[in-house]
Amino acid sequence: MNSVMPAVPPMVQVRDLTVSHGEQLVLRAISFEIQPREIFVILGASGSGKSSLLRYLIGLQPPAVGQVLIEGQDLYAGTDAEQQQLRRRFGVMFQAGALWSAMSVGENLMLPLQMFTPHRRVERERRARHKLALVGMDDAFDLMPAELSGGMRKRAALARALSLDPPLLFLDEPGSGLDPLNATRLDALVLQLRDELATTVVMVTHDIDSALGVGDRLLFLDETEQTMTALDTPQALLQHGPQRVLDFLRRGRRDLPVAGAGAGVDVGVSAGADVGVAAGADVGVSAGGDVDVAAGVGAAVAAPAAADVEGSPRRPAAVQVGT
Amino acid sequence: MRAYVKLEHNPSAGPALHAPAPAPVQPVARLGLWVQGLAREALQTAGFIGEVMLATLRLLRGRSAMRGVDLWRQIDQTGPLSLPIVALTCFLVGLMLAYMGGSQLDRMGAQAYIADVVTVGMVRELAGLMTGMILAGRVGSAYAAQIATMKAGEEIDALRVLGVDPIDHLVIPRLLALVIVAPLIIAYASLIGVLAGLLPATLVYGVSAVEYLHRAVGALTWTHVWIGLFKGTLYAALLSLAGCREGLYAGRNAQAVGQATTAGVVKGLVWIITAACVTTVVFQSLGL
Repeated sequence: MNSVMPAVPPMVQVRDLTVSHGEQLVLRAISFEIQPREIFVILGASGSGKSSLLRYLIGLQPPAVGQVLIEGQDLYAGTDAEQQQLRRRFGVMFQAGALWSAMSVGENLMLPLQMFTPHRRVERERRARHKLALVGMDDAFDLMPAELSGGMRKRAALARALSLDPPLLFLDEPGSGLDPLNATRLDALVLQLRDELATTVVMVTHDIDSALGVGDRLLFLDETEQTMTALDTPQALLQHGPQRVLDFLRRGRRDLPVAGAGAGVDVGVSAGADVGVAAGADVGVSAGGDVDVAAGVGAAVAAPAAADVEGSPRRPAAVQVGT
Repeated sequence: MRAYVKLEHNPSAGPALHAPAPAPVQPVARLGLWVQGLAREALQTAGFIGEVMLATLRLLRGRSAMRGVDLWRQIDQTGPLSLPIVALTCFLVGLMLAYMGGSQLDRMGAQAYIADVVTVGMVRELAGLMTGMILAGRVGSAYAAQIATMKAGEEIDALRVLGVDPIDHLVIPRLLALVIVAPLIIAYASLIGVLAGLLPATLVYGVSAVEYLHRAVGALTWTHVWIGLFKGTLYAALLSLAGCREGLYAGRNAQAVGQATTAGVVKGLVWIITAACVTTVVFQSLGL
């Protein structure tokens, strides 16, 4: 872990930030620091405010309360020119890529260079091709975004985020919508960027495998508490993290040790005949096929067709979950 | 084999599955919300127009982020490709104007004046108005849909993060493209309309082609020409702004793209008709 480097000023500082959607409070009292060369993962369930927080970090949403500092400078203070200068210190890969659809992949990479560097077209093209090669997309220069697969689009977006060689990268759900193989490749690429280009990476995700695989530190956002409930290394969180964080992490990784066993999840499944199952935490009930019950109330109930599960949240209670 | 799976609600973990429906909004409150919405929209529009004016100033001072290639691409897409539909529409309008005007003038034996009616009508008012309406449907809708789609796909956020003003990059090229091509399209539409009037004048009302053309040229004054071009260009600017505005302020989903497209066209048409009324009254009051 290379996260603690006290002599170096933090790459990102967030001070007492309040995140809101209009008048609706989403998160409050968010404070953390991200060190250079760190892979910092912002983790939380869907709707916990991860992407909303990211909008504050990348300059899209001025905070009503709190501060966001990049390399010690307030992202939302200073003159327009100073803010513009600061924005060029980071690149952003959006969730769906957000490649400019009217331009080819090459043009997407060259636009930032055209706008903010004095390079001539030949040099811009050389640099754009180099960045595409870095993400393994040498042949995609002339393709249009619509011609790319989901994984290619994400990698092209990553290449575009790198086009101005920023020391800081923000990645919004990099693995979402990708098959496990491509998601793993993207994680490997993130590690490679940190190791070879000394890039600081801030990654927003709900993919626990990815977060535990590449993250130096994890920030956990809790939609119920409406704030950050944990910030530590993955190992520390797995060993002595708060119960809700452990529940969240374990749900994604069934191979991890079951901490807090006996938390008490009572399950009864009617499958032709009544079946009652008492389990510590995760529940898997075979009823012609597997029936997985994701704990947490109002959660989705997944049941393969073979089980012919009629149950829906509107049916009479047959599974009771209390954590 | 059937299985029942049901989760019981835990109040600490999230909203109830069967939350009570919100109470219906009372008519007075609904009226208030409607007025509030209108006011919010008007403020948004004022803010948008202000931003466009600032961006125009940046362009004039050579500090705009607009790329020449984007302007050229927009000119290419809005200008030549609009000519066939504008020609067809203005041909039919010219035909109709001559036919209807001729039937009235014929009663007084003044068929020769058909050329005056068609020329002044087309050049001063109808060519610009018809072109504006066609462009609102063809170009304004495309502007709204393109920009709204970009917004839904976070492409506009990607521009903002980079420090590129979307007004400079997206709105100004589109606005400028229409302002450049509109006078040319309107001149072309006027010519087609006047020539279309020749058909009923000669075939139905017995006016010779030479006389029709002679009277048409005589009726055409520079005042009519510049007023027609000015009005048409103003309509083009308005429909462009309406389309871009709706796109930029659209929501972030597919339904919002559709709504923005519809609103872009409807607002464009309303703004055009309003501008037509205002400019007509103003020019008439000035004796032009």
